[in-house]
Amino acid sequence: MAKLLEVKNLRTRFFTQDGVVHAVNGISYSLDEGETLAVVGESGSGKSVGVMSLIRLIPVPPGKIVDGEVWFDGQDLLKLSDDEIRQVRGNRIAMIFQDPMTSLNPVLTIGRQISEALQLHLGMDKEQAYQRSAELLTLVGIPGAAKRLDDYPHQFSGGMRQRVMIAMGLSCNPQLLIADEPTTALDVTIQAQIVELVKKLKHEIGMAIIWITHDLGVVAGMAERVIVMYAGYIVEEAAVHTLYADPRHPYTVGLLGSLPRLDDEQPGRLRSIEGLPPDLIDLPAGCPFYARCTYHIDQCLHENPPLAAVGVGHKAACWVDIRGVLT
Amino acid sequence: MSEDNARRTTANSPEANSAALLRVEGLKMYFPLTAGLLIQRAKGHIKAVDDVSFTIQRGETLGLVGESGCGKSTTGRAILQLYQPTAGEVWFEGNNLVTMKGETLRRQRRRMQMIFQDPYASLNPRMTVGNIVGEPLEVHNIAQGAARRERVMELLKIVGLNPYFINRYPHEFSGGQRQRIGIARALAVNPDFIVLDEPISALDVSIQAQVINLLEDLQTEFGLTYLFIAHDLSVVRHISDRVAVMYLGKIVELTDRHRLYTNPLHPYTQALLSAVPIPDPVIEEKRRRIILEGDVPSPANPPQGCNFCTRCPRVMAVCREQEPVFRDLDAGHFVACWLYE
Ligand SMILES: Nc1ncnc2c1ncn2[C@@H]1O[C@H](COP(=O)(O)OP(=O)(O)OP(=O)(O)O)[C@@H](O)[C@H]1O
Ligand SMILES: Nc1ncnc2c1ncn2[C@@H]1O[C@H](COP(=O)(O)OP(=O)(O)OP(=O)(O)O)[C@@H](O)[C@H]1O
Ligand SMILES: [Mg+2]
Ligand SMILES: [Mg+2]
Repeated sequence: MAKLLEVKNLRTRFFTQDGVVHAVNGISYSLDEGETLAVVGESGSGKSVGVMSLIRLIPVPPGKIVDGEVWFDGQDLLKLSDDEIRQVRGNRIAMIFQDPMTSLNPVLTIGRQISEALQLHLGMDKEQAYQRSAELLTLVGIPGAAKRLDDYPHQFSGGMRQRVMIAMGLSCNPQLLIADEPTTALDVTIQAQIVELVKKLKHEIGMAIIWITHDLGVVAGMAERVIVMYAGYIVEEAAVHTLYADPRHPYTVGLLGSLPRLDDEQPGRLRSIEGLPPDLIDLPAGCPFYARCTYHIDQCLHENPPLAAVGVGHKAACWVDIRGVLT
Repeated sequence: MSEDNARRTTANSPEANSAALLRVEGLKMYFPLTAGLLIQRAKGHIKAVDDVSFTIQRGETLGLVGESGCGKSTTGRAILQLYQPTAGEVWFEGNNLVTMKGETLRRQRRRMQMIFQDPYASLNPRMTVGNIVGEPLEVHNIAQGAARRERVMELLKIVGLNPYFINRYPHEFSGGQRQRIGIARALAVNPDFIVLDEPISALDVSIQAQVINLLEDLQTEFGLTYLFIAHDLSVVRHISDRVAVMYLGKIVELTDRHRLYTNPLHPYTQALLSAVPIPDPVIEEKRRRIILEGDVPSPANPPQGCNFCTRCPRVMAVCREQEPVFRDLDAGHFVACWLYE
């Protein structure tokens, strides 16, 4: 598979009154054409900022991408002019966000919002665009789509609004879909509808996906590869099967152990990760997970471990080989 | 009417005679829907909770699950008499709370507490932790002055917080710590029964486990009885003894944890369970999902017959005409579905 995206040493900071927030601290990864990559990690670990930095959707100021390269289809997105990056966004790279209500314009009809995107990016005329909008709504499973084009966002349920966002995202046949917690605000039965829909569309259209979530269950069902973030760093990266079967970073191990599972017949005590993540304004010199880690050695306090290969296509940022220490 | 009576007795029979701490009978909570700007006219009702019956044994955790808007929080609030129920009875140790008033109700209510979903919104930002946790002690005249301070510090210790945090304000704490403050406050009055309304939904995964473990420890230590409201079925399986599944204001299935998860009978329960992702790619590859079509109907205008008939993959003609009775199919496995009639 050809490489679609390559991120090199990306660093994003926020310059606030309280100090400099080290939101993304030198992350590197790549994505093949048609591949689904999940980004997981706890709240504030830099998942959204990391991905929004790719397409330069960071508020500047206070935010600033201070270092890095983002190669997409042969060009460095961080070097493009504002006009050029706008052409890429919503066209070759589509985005859907957690809250579809805030990303839809409440005073414009659904039909108008989709068809405007089509007119802008694909140069369709008004009638073509309306026709295509109805097709797209049908594609994402909205019943009686043609009749609903004149509805306003508030007349749609949360799940339907998210479908509209997906329809808009797909309107230009993107090469890459970035989805930031697109199902977090939805009920599980609606989440299942959306996940199945995206899997089906991906198959049909062949786009690559970056899917941000904190739900390790959703990841297991749809991703091919996973990046685990902690305090603005990538602490582990692996194929989805490898990550769940053979996690190598203590945070990943802790996360998987702390989950109650639906198929757990004999629920025992959950293994919680004690403590809290570090303050991104005042990051420790050593490993950011040090204070919560049960495997740490002295070196961890002073030196932050780099993300290094631990197996085929498997990387972890840890000084300790935890396989030998696992209880 | 006779059918109604029959339902009432069957709905509770296996446990009715044993030591139920709480017994809810035919609980209804309708909210008026009004129209008109100047003159408010009643335009119908939102049937948020529509004829719900169940019991909770002393020391038991009953999980209450279902999708957003199905009436879980309203059920919890109506039990605690934070709303005046439209109909039904709420028996707490042999007293019907619905008919109680004033001081007697207040004294009963002291033994029942509620913990809320949002640890950010549910604590008063201008009060210190000491005052937040100590307020119920004052309101119910339990402890003042130095005794109160001592009790607050003890409570903080119980929930795993440093007792010297007593003079700090909520914004100085993380979500998980704030939820612990809420739990300490609920424990202050030595309750028997706690309604936990999505107590961990707003927390990070790695923090959720801390709070679940704490709630389980406290239950063992103080013999607490929980109504645990959540939409996360994995968490509910972990913490509950029995589980009730709600859909559009009604309980559609209720049984012990094991049977609900291994042998769900109601098509809605089956779909709900199949929709929950399991954090294991090997299992996920093999799983078949029941994908429900459409959205939950409005509780202001529920469908005729069975509430679930508009989305049910196994719907029959009778389901669109008549409501199925919620009854005990097999020694404490309650279900409301025409498939089993
Ligand atoms: N506009 C901003 N100004 C200052 N700090 C910000 C801003 N946006 C994000 N941050 C900080 O950057 C860090 C990373 O945030 P980010 O939104 O990427 O987290 P996340 O992993 O997506 O979390 P969540 O799961 O809660 O969405 C956080 O500490 C956040 O507070
Ligand atoms: N005070 C109120 N006035 C009018 N309608 C209400 C009121 N409280 C709740 N409702 C309605 O009653 C129904 C049930 O709401 P409830 O909050 O009990 O649902 P829930 O199951 O707790 O949902 P969630 O999972 O989103 O918290 C909803 O349709 C809601 O809009
Ligand atoms: Mg985010
Ligand atoms: Mg609720």
